[in-house]
Amino acid sequence: MSRLLVRGGRIVDPSRGVDAVGDLVIEDGRIAPRPKGHTRADEVLDASGLVVVPGLVDMHVHFREPGREEEETIASGARAAVHGGFTTVACMPNTEPAVDNEASAEFVFLQAERAGAAHVHPIGAVTKGRKGEELAEIGQLARGGAVAFSDDGAPIMNAEVMRRGLEYAGMFGKPVISHCEDAHLSAGCVMHEGLVSTVLGLPGIPAAAEEVIVARDILLAGLTGGRLHIAHVSTAGSVELIRRGKARGVNVTAEVTPHHLTLTDETIRSFDPVYKMNPPLRTAADVAACREGLRDGTLDAIASDHAPHASEGKSLEFPAAPFGVIGLESTVPVVLTEVLRAGVMPLPDLIARMTAAPAKILGLRKGTLAEGADADVTLLDLEREWTLDAAKFQSRSRNCPFHGKKVRGRVVATIVSGKVFRLD
Amino acid sequence: MSPALAWTRKHLLGLEDLSVAELEAVLDTAQSFREISTRSIKKVPALRGRVVVNLFFEASTRTRTSFGLAAKRLSADTVDFVAAGSSTSKGESLADTARNLEAMGVDIVVVRHPAPGAPHFLSRVLRCGVVNAGDGAHEHPTQGLLDIFTIREKRGRVAGLKVLFVGDITHSRVARSDIFGLRTLGAKVGVVGPATLIPARLRELGVEVHYDLDEAIGEYDVLNLLRIQLERQGQNLFPSIREYARLFGLNGERMRRAKPDVLVMHPGPVNRGVEITPEVADGPNSVILEQVTNGLAVRMAVLYLVAGARGAVEPAGGEP
Repeated sequence: MSRLLVRGGRIVDPSRGVDAVGDLVIEDGRIAPRPKGHTRADEVLDASGLVVVPGLVDMHVHFREPGREEEETIASGARAAVHGGFTTVACMPNTEPAVDNEASAEFVFLQAERAGAAHVHPIGAVTKGRKGEELAEIGQLARGGAVAFSDDGAPIMNAEVMRRGLEYAGMFGKPVISHCEDAHLSAGCVMHEGLVSTVLGLPGIPAAAEEVIVARDILLAGLTGGRLHIAHVSTAGSVELIRRGKARGVNVTAEVTPHHLTLTDETIRSFDPVYKMNPPLRTAADVAACREGLRDGTLDAIASDHAPHASEGKSLEFPAAPFGVIGLESTVPVVLTEVLRAGVMPLPDLIARMTAAPAKILGLRKGTLAEGADADVTLLDLEREWTLDAAKFQSRSRNCPFHGKKVRGRVVATIVSGKVFRLD
Repeated sequence: MSPALAWTRKHLLGLEDLSVAELEAVLDTAQSFREISTRSIKKVPALRGRVVVNLFFEASTRTRTSFGLAAKRLSADTVDFVAAGSSTSKGESLADTARNLEAMGVDIVVVRHPAPGAPHFLSRVLRCGVVNAGDGAHEHPTQGLLDIFTIREKRGRVAGLKVLFVGDITHSRVARSDIFGLRTLGAKVGVVGPATLIPARLRELGVEVHYDLDEAIGEYDVLNLLRIQLERQGQNLFPSIREYARLFGLNGERMRRAKPDVLVMHPGPVNRGVEITPEVADGPNSVILEQVTNGLAVRMAVLYLVAGARGAVEPAGGEP
């Protein structure tokens, strides 16, 4: 038996309502019972002055394998996750080809196992080839390890298909994660429609393009009783629709990205494609509404929407550049700096949005330091001041909108099933 | 202060962030260059030995010709680089194309591109000066300057005048540059056109929005008719060219509601019978051809000022 002692940290475990200084003992890759008195250990991690939280969970990442391995592989993505403090990630199926069958779901699992870094769970496509037309073999995908279903990257424009997806995935207790974007309202558009797009002459995606589909899908979740999860919420209107849906008892959850909690469309005045993502950066009022939604629990989870792109794509003129930003290695410092420091919510609530809440949505026994759970742990130094440098990231891509940002708070170590990654 | 002292920019990317002094620097410089056009020898040695390249990724006759002629009158060497048949059709990126041209020793790149921000992008990757000759629906600063120059010349001032833009505002880089420049210089700006072609947030730029040309026309000192792109038919932006012409075309009857000394402008090329009837386009209020003449002087001024800005004329590096 091997025993690891994490000594003297502030243990914050929202899954059990714990916030106290103490020791954490890990035995053979699992959380051991609370130590009494002196504990003998094979290895000791001194956590004094640090915060010890359950291994963070990012329920929305894009690893580009198979298809665009030069931008990210499952292995490089899993390493980026660990370096960012994430011990569990769920990756979207919009690879080439798409993860729309059992074998491709298992491939994701096996590649992650080989990498030996973070746990990687596949999300299966709702429809074959993510075309939004015919249901994929959702049952087989679930057997292959898919924790949820999504055509993310593109909306399911046919409401009938969405209805059947919610019904069918619901049979397996799995959520459908909806990328809410009316493709007709957003066609050809590259940024948020508002004052800035008016000034810049760039075609804008109105907030309503997201909100009409959020409203539709909440109605369909009500109709079917299926489990709906709204990906990357970006507008004040969406937050309000979800808040009302939850109040009506609809089975809906939602996530928000670090960039939609911190950046606005004003950044696009630079015409720098590093700020180009979908959904687009919205206004300061939307950022404030997303923060309030995160605080009051309307938005359950923080997810990075880690979307790697090669530098040759991101060094094109703005309209020609692809949508997407990476986030696994910037999420923790950005959220600690911009959300925690701004006093939006107390630390345990913030940690819950990155641990217990996404784990629950995905039906994983993760995001907890309860006895017997996998020993997935993240150690944070809330006070450390440093500058984000994308050149030092483990990710294969560099499209980080927070590159060069001065931040306060850092991941010091990540433990995955008892295996310690010291990052400092 | 002499115009050249007010101007310190290496690039002209747009009118949005130009100050009153900078706008006036260009207009005053253009004024002195206009006289050159009336001489028998229409050439000065100001840019002798400099290279100006016209890098055009969109079809253009008058703007490209105007820039080319402006550079020649300043004695610069000029090169035209038109995207059709060039390496861009072989998938070379905009940045690579521009860097290759720069490596041949270019001092100023005049760029037209369908992507808003393309000149701003080039200004970051190149060391030479960049002049925006139209970037998508964003800005067309020399058109804005020549419009303002023409108004100032005809009326002796810009501040306090009311200028109305008619037509497709959403897709118009001319409207944006004009709005920015005119607002900075104290003019009042209105727009009229189909609601589908007027951005909802335009009022926040201090612009008055109308939908009825007959109601609005009498209030304004200048009418600037924007080109309607015929291919917008079928995009549900307006039902038909015929209906557009009925509602927003400028004809003799509508002109009777306008101020008698109203200036009629059009950035060209004109769709006669759509935005404007021939009788108005060629009538006494029209200054459309003077705009073209003034465009040459304005572009000479812009090239002259940009070339004179510190750092704009460093050798671009690379052995021959």
